[in-house]
Amino acid sequence: MADTALDHAPVLVVEHRSFWERLKVSRNWLGFWFMLPTLTILLAFLLYPLLKGIWLSMTDARIGRSGNFVGLENFIWLWGDSVFWVSVFNTLVYTSFASIVKFAIGLYLAILLNNNLPFKSVLRAIILLPFIVPTVLSAIAFWWIYDAQFSIISWTLTELGLIDQYVNFLGDPWNARWSVIAANIWRGVPFVAITLLAGLQTVSPSLYEAATIDGATPWQNFRFITYPLLTPIIAVVMTFSVLFTFTDFQLIWAITRGGPANATHLMATLSYQRAILGGYMGEGAAIATAMIPFLLAAIMISWFGLQRRKWQQGESDD
Amino acid sequence: MDKFSRRSVLQGTTALAGGMAIAGSDLLGWAKAWAQETMFKTEDGAKLQLLRWKRFIQSEEDTFLELMAAFTQATGCEVEVLNESMDDVQPKASVAANVGSGPDIVWGLFSLPHLFTDKCLDLTDLADSLGEKYGGWIPAAEKYGKSGDTWIGLPICFGGNYINYRISACEEAGFSDGVPEDNEGFLELCKALNGIGKPAGMALGHATGDGNAWTHWALWSHGAAMVDENDKVILDSPEAVAACDYVKALNDSWIPGTASWNDGSNNKAFLAGEVSLTNNGISIYQKGIDDGLDIKDDMDHAYYPIGPAGTPTELHISWTMLAFQYSKYPMACKALMDFLLQKEQYDKWLEGAKAYLTHPLNAYDNAPIWTSDPKRTIFRDCGKRTLVAGHRGSVGEKAAAAIAEFIVVDMFANAATGQMSSADAVKDAARKAERIYR
Repeated sequence: MADTALDHAPVLVVEHRSFWERLKVSRNWLGFWFMLPTLTILLAFLLYPLLKGIWLSMTDARIGRSGNFVGLENFIWLWGDSVFWVSVFNTLVYTSFASIVKFAIGLYLAILLNNNLPFKSVLRAIILLPFIVPTVLSAIAFWWIYDAQFSIISWTLTELGLIDQYVNFLGDPWNARWSVIAANIWRGVPFVAITLLAGLQTVSPSLYEAATIDGATPWQNFRFITYPLLTPIIAVVMTFSVLFTFTDFQLIWAITRGGPANATHLMATLSYQRAILGGYMGEGAAIATAMIPFLLAAIMISWFGLQRRKWQQGESDD
Repeated sequence: MDKFSRRSVLQGTTALAGGMAIAGSDLLGWAKAWAQETMFKTEDGAKLQLLRWKRFIQSEEDTFLELMAAFTQATGCEVEVLNESMDDVQPKASVAANVGSGPDIVWGLFSLPHLFTDKCLDLTDLADSLGEKYGGWIPAAEKYGKSGDTWIGLPICFGGNYINYRISACEEAGFSDGVPEDNEGFLELCKALNGIGKPAGMALGHATGDGNAWTHWALWSHGAAMVDENDKVILDSPEAVAACDYVKALNDSWIPGTASWNDGSNNKAFLAGEVSLTNNGISIYQKGIDDGLDIKDDMDHAYYPIGPAGTPTELHISWTMLAFQYSKYPMACKALMDFLLQKEQYDKWLEGAKAYLTHPLNAYDNAPIWTSDPKRTIFRDCGKRTLVAGHRGSVGEKAAAAIAEFIVVDMFANAATGQMSSADAVKDAARKAERIYR
């Protein structure tokens, strides 16, 4: 019996599948396989250029020549380079001022457009116009608006008898800085306004109704309902707004090329000038790499600061 | 200079020259005769790609393509012409040199071949034969074209940049002989023009062509230079400070806002009558002719004045052509350059360029373009009067980088606008130069 039982015991079929074959069918790895195409794209088009840029910043590469590793030499040179520090200063002034004003005007417009206005759809479309116009085209328009001899602003002010001499918009360092900031604000406001408007439309009207019944003022409505519920979208909008402004290139290049006397050079334009026109690829890459900490800081502030749950709920930070 | 041409981004326009019609049958006849005689015979099945700077004057490009078409018909060698804005030619050529693939011939700014001397085709036999036939190369052409004793590129032409002035305004200001020939006289003229409400003005902004041209004249005319013969930075000098003081005095008498000017600003201002004197190529005058403007009759051109240095210290653009060693058709490359610089073709091309471009070979002093209109004649001499980029130093990539970074322009802009004292502006510029020449 025992022998018979043993003889008829079910035979365990042990499949000898290779490690690769098991990986292919493993449910645990399935997610990875589906992510692989995206991962490949991210690695090829985002991570590789980023790492290549950082690598270049540590070489003495020229255009067309790979160069040798020089460690931090490019950064040490930049540390003592007054033009680099002017560009850092300009970039910070440009980004912070333009971003704050774009946010203020954008929020104001968004709240305005969220009300029931006549021709609401048309108005929303008009608001988007500056964002739709190609940057280079609007930059050329501003170049004319700010022209030392043909400025429409100067002409109007002269005709009105308010000034005797045309405004030197782009010839004076601070005038030039404010002028390009104004151009950037004009171009950037629609993005902030329309995105915040989308956020505003997700706020339930019942909250405002309840608040009004409780006797809340319009300011209290904004401060304790609108603003807290809008903070997640503000975080996203401001992150993108700061990133776009910090890395701006086209406006400056088309209007001033960094002049007068480097007064409007941003880190992006200086990087291009040194790397492509000057041929010092390593140094240009070093300037671009030096932008990364600033950009990371901007992202961190937005995401870890503005997205705190307690802030969103209108409570104080502890 | 033409703003939109200068600023045009990657054009990517191509023209297959072989497909063009040839207007004059003489041209084809000459081309065929040349093809029989030339010592540079194109290889069988040769096909060339030529990358060039995007033209500033349409008739120049039209004539150039016509010549290429004649070359193709005479030799059977197809030529594809690629256009890029002048700032983009150098990066593309550098990459092509590095990877060993790309256009067979590149035609770019200043000292382009000196960026990769070991990758350039030796053109010595071609340069020698052309020099012998056409009265020799002018000195600046040799400096740009030669590395040691070897020709690595041919400066096909120069782009002149001179003083443009309104005749009536100068007369009204008491300068009926036109622009004075010395720096002091020139300053007096600028002051007098301002006095009659018809001021002068030159670009102190980041204007690649016009800004670099006149500021280098101002620096060198005072005996100052960025580097010495060994590429050692010597900019921080009393001469450079004097040059800054001089430019500040000039700028004080000019129309406000020159620190914001780019390459197109002075054209606009001069054509609109806002300024009565500026520096530019022939393009303002040509526009006056093309558009039938009265200004063409009331304007003329003048040399830059001579300063304490005692000799002409002008900086004009050089357009140098090179062929790469990696080209499968080196003889065709040489043949094309040889063809272009032959009298029958070159005269015609100079004519098409309307004096915007100037020859590098002495014999072309007699080209018809230089006598057809006295107002163009001055541009004949720009190749002979120009100093090379880098002046006393090397003509290689460091000199090119210093120009591309507007070191001299910014030095004068800082001093002229009062942002810095002359001494500080010079020190600041010297520090920037040290970075490039390290």
